[in-house]
Amino acid sequence: MSTKPFRPDVDAPEYKGKYAPYDIIREGTIAVIVVGLLVVLLATLFGSPDERAITIKTWSNANPIDFATTALGEMNGSTITAQYGGPYNTAAPGQNLGPLKLAQWAGVTIPVNTVRDFVINPLSSVPNDPDLKLALAQWKGANSAQQTSWVSNYSKGAAKMTWSHGLINVPATNVGPVPTIINKLTQMARSGALDQALVTGSGFYTTNYTKPLLFVADGTYLANLAQKQHLLGSQWGMMNETGSYPGQAWLWLYTFWYQVTPFSTSSNADVQVSALMGLLSLLLLLLPLIPGLRSIPRKVKVYRLIWREHYSA
Amino acid sequence: MAFLWSLAAFIPLDNYGHYIHWGVINISVANFIVVVLMIMTFVAALLLPFPGRNRRKGNQ
Amino acid sequence: MSTTEIERQWTTRLRKRAAGKLPPEKLLPDTQPAYVSSWIYVFGVTTLAALSLVILTGFILSIRGPQWWHSSSIGHFVNSMHLWSVEIFFFAMIVHLWGKFFMAAWRGGRTATWMTGVVTFLASVGAAFTGYVSQTNFDSQWISTQAKDGINATGAGSIFNVLNLGQMLMWHIVLLPLAAVLLTAVHVLLVRIKGVVPPFEEKTGATK
Repeated sequence: MSTKPFRPDVDAPEYKGKYAPYDIIREGTIAVIVVGLLVVLLATLFGSPDERAITIKTWSNANPIDFATTALGEMNGSTITAQYGGPYNTAAPGQNLGPLKLAQWAGVTIPVNTVRDFVINPLSSVPNDPDLKLALAQWKGANSAQQTSWVSNYSKGAAKMTWSHGLINVPATNVGPVPTIINKLTQMARSGALDQALVTGSGFYTTNYTKPLLFVADGTYLANLAQKQHLLGSQWGMMNETGSYPGQAWLWLYTFWYQVTPFSTSSNADVQVSALMGLLSLLLLLLPLIPGLRSIPRKVKVYRLIWREHYSA
Repeated sequence: MAFLWSLAAFIPLDNYGHYIHWGVINISVANFIVVVLMIMTFVAALLLPFPGRNRRKGNQ
Repeated sequence: MSTTEIERQWTTRLRKRAAGKLPPEKLLPDTQPAYVSSWIYVFGVTTLAALSLVILTGFILSIRGPQWWHSSSIGHFVNSMHLWSVEIFFFAMIVHLWGKFFMAAWRGGRTATWMTGVVTFLASVGAAFTGYVSQTNFDSQWISTQAKDGINATGAGSIFNVLNLGQMLMWHIVLLPLAAVLLTAVHVLLVRIKGVVPPFEEKTGATK
């Protein structure tokens, strides 16, 4: 005879009681019909959100100075993308989880050079523009020290940037072709051509929007719209939806950690929260194996409500 | 065309949402309703009598 | 061909094993223990019903491709049904999870049932997320550019590029639904093999 002790949170007693008729197919059919009707009702009543995508065209027309400032940021290396690190470039080591430099170890697999990919290459695709051709030739003919010096001089005046008569003006001298480059890129953006140039960089077909999305996210236009929709990370935006629709409410715990210390002030918050959520998911997964945790249901006795008929029989 | 028009939502929720701030908690009213409904559904599922118990007893 | 040769065949052995573990009357039972009598038990099948509607509406959206719903009112309506069936799916799944937790439904050799359920939940979160970034609208622009930081920080961004629409759409309509459906199937089969967990034994109650 087995004398293994009965563990109430691991073993289940053998059921020797009654059985009742159960029509599993009927139950499934009813469930599909009820949920189907509910889905049709909710879809008819509330619909679903579809806020139009912004374009670089709408951005640069709505706020040419923000666009030009971002474009300059891509040249002087001050934007989020330019300073990102892995997987786009080596400008930063990326976040680390204690000694684990995960982003850095994963390497640069989606290379993005903001000057080349966001500014020079798109402009090089513009036909029949002698001024631009000259400016690009001057840029490409200069060494990097010269390029840096031009951009740096232009950046010093960028705080006083103005927009008038379709031109970006910055009071700065010894700036080489930079004003022409910034103005031509702004014109290109306002015409809609930059949207296309950034996605077609890899040929005729594409399904990859990495470059235009990174560029757009470097400006303030997208974030300002998101803030109005209450979508910023600091607004628990991860679980929110545009309009007044419910969003990914199941991400509540994930977004919660970002709001509290130490994560809210940590420069490694993303990787720390991911690690914590990974750990918590593991706890949930392994719950049946964890002494203490697996005893909670037996001790809180909610099961008495569920099986009250059984216990009163 | 009337048929297509009728597919538009009766109460589209496209206007800016409302939000509940409570200390560190910051939740949209829509998500809050979903969470409250979830908890209410759970409690109701525990408390409401499940139909058919008499029939079941009778059958055995 | 000898009988023993047939007996030894992989196919024969697999069939016998499957039939032994899951005979038809277990796969499609017509009775169940009398203790299965609470509304909490309906949330598993509700989750399955919602999942089937998520997939059905997803199929309809697939017919005319990822951007149809922006320009067609029928497409938008199907998208609305897709969204609301997802909301109901998660709603029911979470209530189901709470219920199974308070029943300690992993007892009696049901650990694998619990675990497949948890993994299905996590896969579903991923499936929903890739759907949000595949919408080709403002929402997907914002969510993808925000989420990239969280994913890049873990190193996973080197492979899983949330800004690559084609990649995200593939994950959303092939890889993750396949994973979610397969995991769900295993989960449901495990429930059928092991049966519904019996109540805790209570010293004072008449449990026998």
